[in-house]
Amino acid sequence: MKQQITHFIIGILFGIGLLLSGMTQPGKVIGFLDIFGNWVPDLAFVMIGAILINSIAHKFLMRRGRPLFGTGFNLPSKKDLDRPLIQGSILFGIGWGLAGFCPGPAIVSIGGLQTPAILFGIGLVIGASVFIVKKNQVK
Amino acid sequence: MSLESDIPSWVQALAGGGLIGLSAALLMGLEGRILGISGFVRSVLEADPKLKGPSTAFLLGLVLVGILAQFYFVDTLTNTQPRSYMITILAGLLVGYGTAMGNGCTSGHGVCGLSRFSYRSLIATLSFMAAGMLTVTLHRVLMGGM
Repeated sequence: MKQQITHFIIGILFGIGLLLSGMTQPGKVIGFLDIFGNWVPDLAFVMIGAILINSIAHKFLMRRGRPLFGTGFNLPSKKDLDRPLIQGSILFGIGWGLAGFCPGPAIVSIGGLQTPAILFGIGLVIGASVFIVKKNQVK
Repeated sequence: MSLESDIPSWVQALAGGGLIGLSAALLMGLEGRILGISGFVRSVLEADPKLKGPSTAFLLGLVLVGILAQFYFVDTLTNTQPRSYMITILAGLLVGYGTAMGNGCTSGHGVCGLSRFSYRSLIATLSFMAAGMLTVTLHRVLMGGM
């Protein structure tokens, strides 16, 4: 239960960060991606702020050795590039550019009952499920 | 009420980014877990015995913020670039499939991955940024705007 509460509270904090940053406004996201058109640079500052804080914290945490409530840090072990990483990221980028939503902001906007976000969310769940089912069939 | 005050939008973006980074740092520091929304969605869909509960709790936190935003800061949910229903669902399908295939989205690769200088995440982030920029440019050109 403690784990759930911690996640819930950090989820709220993250959601507030998304609202404040402008990520929940698809027009701003599309404006940021529109580098050859009417470029809106704001979202570059979101990345700068997030990476600045998190990279410093990450360095400090890794030196500490383990998380406060857990036994160890759960970090990806893969180091090499592979096709699914690049192909998947490109498909994600196309979808991101089409509607201006990535998963986090879309879920916040679903809470705000925004029709585009709800439609996007339906697609998101179906898309992820198709991949999971396909992957399990290969196994 | 509005968040659009006298504060310049880039300062708000920087502050929002700081909160996003702080959230990622807290989840790693407290639970040892990478903050990645597409990963959380996947844990829920796969009904991962260990991760489903906490992931659901996190996503519910996001939903709660959205509910409150609609009442108090509805400007933050403004969509000045709405797409047709078909395009919006297609976008969701691509994002759902693509992030599952590439193991991450803006949060997992873009924020967490780059913060720990992961080469895989750097390539993933460059890939989705470039694809996003190309898509927006093509969409604008094809729709007749310049």
